[in-house]
Amino acid sequence: MPEKPKIAFYWCASCGGCEESVVDLAESILDVAGAVDIVFWPVAMDFKVSDVEAMPDQSILATMINGAIRTSEQEEMARLLRRKSQYIIAYGSCAHLGGIPALANQFSREQILEYVYKQAPSVTNPEGVTPQPRFSDNGHEVTLPEFRNVVRALDQVIEVDYYLPGCAPSPKLLAQAVGALLKGELPPKGSVLAPDVALCDECPRKESKPTEVSFKEFKRPHEVIADPNLCFLAQGLICMGPATRSGCGAACITGNMPCTGCYGPPSRVRDQGAKILSSLCANVAAEDEAEIEKILSTIPDPVGTFYRYSLARSLLRRRVDLK
Amino acid sequence: MENNGKEVRIGVYICHCGLNIAGTIDVKAVCDYAQTLPHVALARTYKYMCSDPGQEMIIADIAEHGLNRIVVAACSPNLHEATFRGALQRAGLNPYYFQMVNIREHGSWVHEDRKAATEKAKDQVRAAVARVQYHKPLERKRFAVDQSVLVVGGGIAGITAALEIANSGKHVYLVEREPSIGGHMAKYDKTFPTLDCAACILTPKMSEVREHPNITLWTYSEVQEVAGHVGKFQVKVRRKPRYIDEELCVGCMECVSACVYKEPKFEDEFNEGLGKRKPIFMPFPQAVPPVVTIDPETCLKFKTGKCKSPCATVCDRKAVDFSQTERIEEIEVGAVIIATGFKTFDATRLPLYGYGIYANVYTSLEVERLVNSSGPTGGEIVCRNGRKPKSIGIIHCVGSRDKKTNRWCSRVCCMYSLKLAHLLREHTGADVYQFYIDMRCPGKGYDEFYERLLDEGIQMIRGRAAEVTDWTMTPEEEGKLVIRVEDTLSAYVRRIPVDMVVLSVGLEPAAGADEVRRMFNISCSKEGFFLEKHPKLAPVETATAGVFIAGCCQGPKDIPDTVAQAGAAAAHAIALLDKGFVEIEPNTAYINPDHCSGCKSCIPLCPYHAISFDEQLKKARIDEALCAGCGTCVAACPSGSIIQNLFEDDQIFSEIDEVLSHV
Amino acid sequence: MSETYEPKIVAFFCNWCTYAAADLAGVSRMKYAPNLRTIRVMCSGRVDPQFVLEAFARGADGVLIGGCHPGDCHYISGNYKCLRRFKLLKRVVEQMGIEPDRLRLEWISASEGDKLRQVVNEFVAKLRELPPLNLPQRFVEWDKEVAELHNMVAAAEEQQKSEEVTSHA
Repeated sequence: MPEKPKIAFYWCASCGGCEESVVDLAESILDVAGAVDIVFWPVAMDFKVSDVEAMPDQSILATMINGAIRTSEQEEMARLLRRKSQYIIAYGSCAHLGGIPALANQFSREQILEYVYKQAPSVTNPEGVTPQPRFSDNGHEVTLPEFRNVVRALDQVIEVDYYLPGCAPSPKLLAQAVGALLKGELPPKGSVLAPDVALCDECPRKESKPTEVSFKEFKRPHEVIADPNLCFLAQGLICMGPATRSGCGAACITGNMPCTGCYGPPSRVRDQGAKILSSLCANVAAEDEAEIEKILSTIPDPVGTFYRYSLARSLLRRRVDLK
Repeated sequence: MENNGKEVRIGVYICHCGLNIAGTIDVKAVCDYAQTLPHVALARTYKYMCSDPGQEMIIADIAEHGLNRIVVAACSPNLHEATFRGALQRAGLNPYYFQMVNIREHGSWVHEDRKAATEKAKDQVRAAVARVQYHKPLERKRFAVDQSVLVVGGGIAGITAALEIANSGKHVYLVEREPSIGGHMAKYDKTFPTLDCAACILTPKMSEVREHPNITLWTYSEVQEVAGHVGKFQVKVRRKPRYIDEELCVGCMECVSACVYKEPKFEDEFNEGLGKRKPIFMPFPQAVPPVVTIDPETCLKFKTGKCKSPCATVCDRKAVDFSQTERIEEIEVGAVIIATGFKTFDATRLPLYGYGIYANVYTSLEVERLVNSSGPTGGEIVCRNGRKPKSIGIIHCVGSRDKKTNRWCSRVCCMYSLKLAHLLREHTGADVYQFYIDMRCPGKGYDEFYERLLDEGIQMIRGRAAEVTDWTMTPEEEGKLVIRVEDTLSAYVRRIPVDMVVLSVGLEPAAGADEVRRMFNISCSKEGFFLEKHPKLAPVETATAGVFIAGCCQGPKDIPDTVAQAGAAAAHAIALLDKGFVEIEPNTAYINPDHCSGCKSCIPLCPYHAISFDEQLKKARIDEALCAGCGTCVAACPSGSIIQNLFEDDQIFSEIDEVLSHV
Repeated sequence: MSETYEPKIVAFFCNWCTYAAADLAGVSRMKYAPNLRTIRVMCSGRVDPQFVLEAFARGADGVLIGGCHPGDCHYISGNYKCLRRFKLLKRVVEQMGIEPDRLRLEWISASEGDKLRQVVNEFVAKLRELPPLNLPQRFVEWDKEVAELHNMVAAAEEQQKSEEVTSHA
């Protein structure tokens, strides 16, 4: 019996949702498991780094890495897996674009440590202890991976061959990707393995959008009970769908929540946030400066709204006045 | 970078423009630098790239060196982009494989530091070299030109333009806001410097307009809406009700005599308010069309409904029609000539000259009516206080060359002031004083006219008049107006008592000029006069293709210049119609249907309604014929699925990246 | 801040008004600072916010957008679309730590060559009051933390390889 292709999974700065999504393959996971050897998957199986180090270079067919890169350890692992794998697939929004963790790029490492370890209302830390990369205890030196200044998407650290977008990627896309991988029918290197057309294309509410939608105010999901059949934009709710790749099957929309952009922009767009901003603003229904400002003031956090998943891969990447 | 499988070979040409560029920019250094850039096969400098030898050089190089992209660093693309594209075309290369770099208007002419200007030019050239690699071959689109012309404004400019075009066999729609054509010129008595009678030379032209089979004349009408583009403008004209059937009225004026108002009672606009008219009136005897108009603001029938309307009864042709309502005419024209004229400066804005305060202070336009034999006094010069003036002061530059009001010279006032001085002296024998800053009399026979007036004994006092008061100092001065002025030639302050003061008011953009220009999408200069495409080389064209301007709407000018300009505008319109088609720049936008998600965000953004939603494909679609090429939808497309030819994202990004890539 | 600092400005000018105003400034031989790098677009409505961010990311110290005055847009209303985008983009830029003064929108008509001159000179002066933005340099600084590890790993791998070679020999 010929040797089965080897597959690895790894996680970096992520929530674990991507791991869940693998399990979401449901019964078809058995087909996958039957077709490949999973040689490394820390969340599900007990492997050591030394096991990976021992593998010959390029011996893994493909490694799917999820999560953003925030610590030195994640960087090291990413590099190691890069060396051992023929293909690296950035799996999920965080590896693809930085994801939610990259919203931390609006703050410095010090601000974050200060808040998380000292100021957050739920924290009890009377001695004000914060994590240190090196610590001596009884003559033993303990080290922790370094917490980087900048949150990065995977391809800002290592070369990435493919991207599976989404928070988390849909099982359908994963199954397709694995299928393509096993058959060797892969698109050009660097491709995002999702349709290169925006979400509206597959949105069940597409028909409900009038041709002339303009905005007198923007509403936030918690402020209204959304009409379950009408296009969110037509209701004044910001929906990132027009600036976001499809492939999720309009999952959020089906749950009566507007798209927040987790599949990232189509290939033609360099900065997802700037593009949706451009489109929404152009359709603001005012010509007077004060009136325009008033309408736009109903978007209190434009960066958090438009760059929810893509800040690390945006043109500015990070708040630029930070060290 | 590939070009249909062929290697990209760029030719870069840096123009000296004599010393215009080379005087400030180290042209050779820019050229040497260009030679080092990727894909640049050849870089040269030349004294005048736009000259025939310059263009021939490009053509020869394309053949000899297999160039397939051309960059020329010279003047503004608005000047010579078309020239060089033509050269590419003649060389058999698609003309859009070209990028122009503006190192003159945006470089050598505005910078003094040679090093900085040279570095800037290098950055610009580098960006163009990067950009041109992304250029694609494009075709200009052709559209048929509608064979009629709209002329807006029926003064001497509009009349001249309309007749020229009509005589060439094209159809003209002439639209005039007032009840009659004729404009300001119809109000003048004589014209300088020849002193021929304005009516004698104008009225035959007005009649010709009326009778011309190729002219549709709509007076008492205004353009309401304009859509479309060169070759095919869709225009809506609002025709105000004059309550008279123009087809039936013969201008016999029986109705005017029959009006319940036995005497004229209402301010007569044509006579600048110096005379009176009835609610039913003809503005002046030679009006065209020679029909009356009812003013509903003053007519009893409209005000109270109780009038027995003898005007209607007396008309045997039944031309009076109180039920008339506003009508909208919709027309399509290939070209437009705007000749909406001017208005005179409102002299009450300068209270120091006493207009509106002292009865015997007049504006020059009022005096035109006073000296006119068909004017309110039948040509007799009688002041508002009933006196015949024995002395008259004419104050120049009222609302001209004045930082407090209008900065510009109105060009015609010196000459018309001389003319009025002559006429007033002829009519009254009065002493006439002219208070002037400078006499500006350039023009054929103009300075001679000035000399003639000096010989006639006109008093010339150089100095801007300080004020006009009724503050008299001696019994002889009683009842007179006193003009105080510093006589700058004799260097002392003088007081000159006169019976009548004439203010030579300047020219301003016409009332409503702003609405007109916005409707036709043309710009204005700072003072509000319509902006020509080029101050020297395209004085009657505008930035909007197919829209031409003539006469004082473009800036103050006299009748000969106005007529000349109207002829030029007419020639442009005729040429456009005769050519029969227009070519439109291919900088239109299109939607890639494979990429469009059908989000409809772009649809409401297009001011030309060029974007529609294809219900079959469920995607948006751009009608190229309607697209004007602004690129707003391109910037707005949230999925980057709209592309603007010549301004593609990659082209602009490459420019941004390259202007900044220099360290 | 160094005395010799010359701010880099990327300008997006609409063809009909502001680009023409710059042409007029040239024809009138008005002098202004040479810091501007102008990119011509047909309408200020074409200015994609991505262009502005790209300019900053590539090293612009300031970005100037020039369009026709309100009501005067050659394309009827493109300048309003530009204004609306500008208003929110300015907030985004500020939220991302870029001084809002670095992004400027001006209405300059084809006849306002002198206004163009003034705006450019003022903008250059304003930018000189701020330190250079130089984002490309900042990106390099940020990425030093990654570069160090990258070099370390590369060196270790090199070492390992050469040891393997030696042991085989």
